[in-house]
Amino acid sequence: MTDRSGRPLAELRDIRVAFGGVHAVQDVTVDLYPGEVVGLVGGNGAGKTTLIRTLSGAHPADSGQILIDGEPVTISHPRDAKALGVETIYQNLALADNIDAPGNVFLGRELTTRFGNLDDSAMEDATRKLMGRLNPKFQNFVVPVASLSGGQRQSVAIARAVHFNARILIMDEPTAALGPAETRQVGDLIKQLREEGLGIFLISHDIHDVYDLSDRISVMLQGKLVGTVNKTDVTTDEVLAMIILGKLPGEVTQKDLAELH
Amino acid sequence: MAETKVSAAEREPEAQPAPPEERGKRSLRELFRSAEVDTRLLGMLAALAIIWILFQIITPNHTFLTPRNMWNLSVQTAVVAIMATGMVLIIVTRNIDLSVGAVMAAVGMAMAIVQHDWLPEWIGLDHPLTWVITVAVGLVLGAAIGAFQGTIVAYVGVPSFIVTLGGFLVWRGVAWWMASGQTIAPMDTLFRKLGGGSTGTVGGTWSWILGIAACAGIVMLQFSKRRQRNRYGFRQRPMWAEVTIAVIGCGAVLLLVGFLNRYYLPPALAAQAGKAGQNISLGLAYPVLIAIGVGIVMTFIATRRRFGRSVYAIGGNPEAAELAGIKTRRTIVRTFTLMGLLVGLAAAVQIARLNAAVSSLGTGMELNVIAAAVIGGTSFAGGVGTIVGALLGALIMQSLVSGMVLLGIEAPLQDIVVGIVLVLAVTLDTIFRRRAAR
Repeated sequence: MTDRSGRPLAELRDIRVAFGGVHAVQDVTVDLYPGEVVGLVGGNGAGKTTLIRTLSGAHPADSGQILIDGEPVTISHPRDAKALGVETIYQNLALADNIDAPGNVFLGRELTTRFGNLDDSAMEDATRKLMGRLNPKFQNFVVPVASLSGGQRQSVAIARAVHFNARILIMDEPTAALGPAETRQVGDLIKQLREEGLGIFLISHDIHDVYDLSDRISVMLQGKLVGTVNKTDVTTDEVLAMIILGKLPGEVTQKDLAELH
Repeated sequence: MAETKVSAAEREPEAQPAPPEERGKRSLRELFRSAEVDTRLLGMLAALAIIWILFQIITPNHTFLTPRNMWNLSVQTAVVAIMATGMVLIIVTRNIDLSVGAVMAAVGMAMAIVQHDWLPEWIGLDHPLTWVITVAVGLVLGAAIGAFQGTIVAYVGVPSFIVTLGGFLVWRGVAWWMASGQTIAPMDTLFRKLGGGSTGTVGGTWSWILGIAACAGIVMLQFSKRRQRNRYGFRQRPMWAEVTIAVIGCGAVLLLVGFLNRYYLPPALAAQAGKAGQNISLGLAYPVLIAIGVGIVMTFIATRRRFGRSVYAIGGNPEAAELAGIKTRRTIVRTFTLMGLLVGLAAAVQIARLNAAVSSLGTGMELNVIAAAVIGGTSFAGGVGTIVGALLGALIMQSLVSGMVLLGIEAPLQDIVVGIVLVLAVTLDTIFRRRAAR
């Protein structure tokens, strides 16, 4: 059980994002403590990704507040988020396909020699060490990542996120493109990172993907937060009712649950 | 994050090439891969060799592969080659610059006016600094125009095709307007050396010295790469490959220098220089040295600098580049600025060669530059393209033109052939790449 008596690592307060006239996210508040995994679930178009993109700097919030370590911060670019220790693994992985694995891991934060030239050997060495920990089978360090399998590409995206001493990790559908073995591997990694004290937002449209890994689960429906529950207090069916019907576990009837199946 | 220790076994990654007896035809690619040879580059070199040999056979009196023709070819290639290196970076970021020919005219005209009309009044005729000031003006103007167009592309978001199509019209008009369409000539004596010609060369001895220096450079690069890999215990390129590359690389450089050095000053000019009856090597021309220098610097920028890495990342996946924290818009502006700078340099070479500036300078040049980059393997899909490929692309195109001129083929037919070769080159590249992806 995570200790949530202290200060949250990250807080998103009353976040609001609109695209044109569509309210993608309306007054959503979620928080995240050190050493905790918060599953952020909801159907397609529920606003999970939009919400979290305000924290990763990919898209600004129209209103609301983001606090890191209790301090209000302004995140208007991915650079700002990274500077605050927020790393994101996007659903589409956001890799430059024409560049090799070390190049992608260090993209935008390249290691350089004292003359300011790229230090490719140092970057490859660091990537090898990193992969030795994350995915020991990974060996393709000199080919463009376009030629790698889905799981290997995922490894590159994860390596990029964890290399720079992230404190807050955002994983958007991290196992969507993976087979069972690779999914288990990502699961193990998430547990390991949680042990190390990171706070992790785990985003998925499928509760079964995140139920086992999460400490708390926040559910969104049509841009609004349905509620946040401790995993130990709920069943997957009750979360499913939140996702589909927008009803909290106390409000839900046996009839509702029966209709879900 | 704490780094975990990795065993030596895990660090020994790439599969070693199969032992020789297991190597069949199919593993020729494996062989090249273990030697870390760029097969596309090799393909382009092969195409160039075929074109050269073919023209040598079919030209009357076999005049293609003569020192004289090759020397001229090298000078004719230089201007397009200089600009093609910049165009690679533009196209890699999924942009285009259609204005380079027109910008060349405007900048060339400005440089002509500066050295022909202004500087003689201020610092006197034939002042030794005239060429320096003129070139500086050209570089600054070119870079400024590039930066201006790039800013509209990157920060306002107007497609580069439109911005530079506008530039294509505007700068040509500006070039005309600057001198009311008149030709400005002649150019400063020292400045003219930039264009090559019988005085614009480094001579035989210096050509050899530069050739030997280039060889030393090749070997030194190989050593420094080995040393760096050794430091991290990475796989090394097999020694046989290193030696082969060093021998072929140095051999090619020295062979070319030796061959070009056999182009001598015409007897009449030699007599003027007081060396009647002697064979005086012209040596490498300045524009060729400028183009080679630009190629080296641009390769360095493209592969060894963060700017270059950003350029390729933007081309590969613009959104990913932005999310990775790359300042994508600033990078785009810089590619256009660099392009403008190179256009300024190429304009200097061009007006020095012509010994005059006219408002029609560089007409149609943008298409040659783009074609050179594309024949050299730069992809319009973005993210793919090399500087050395573009240099080779420029050389291939100019070789075709030069050979057809020797054959007495008329200009319209030359255009038809170059056009077909352009499409054919990209078609072949597309097919090979699709196969390689399988």
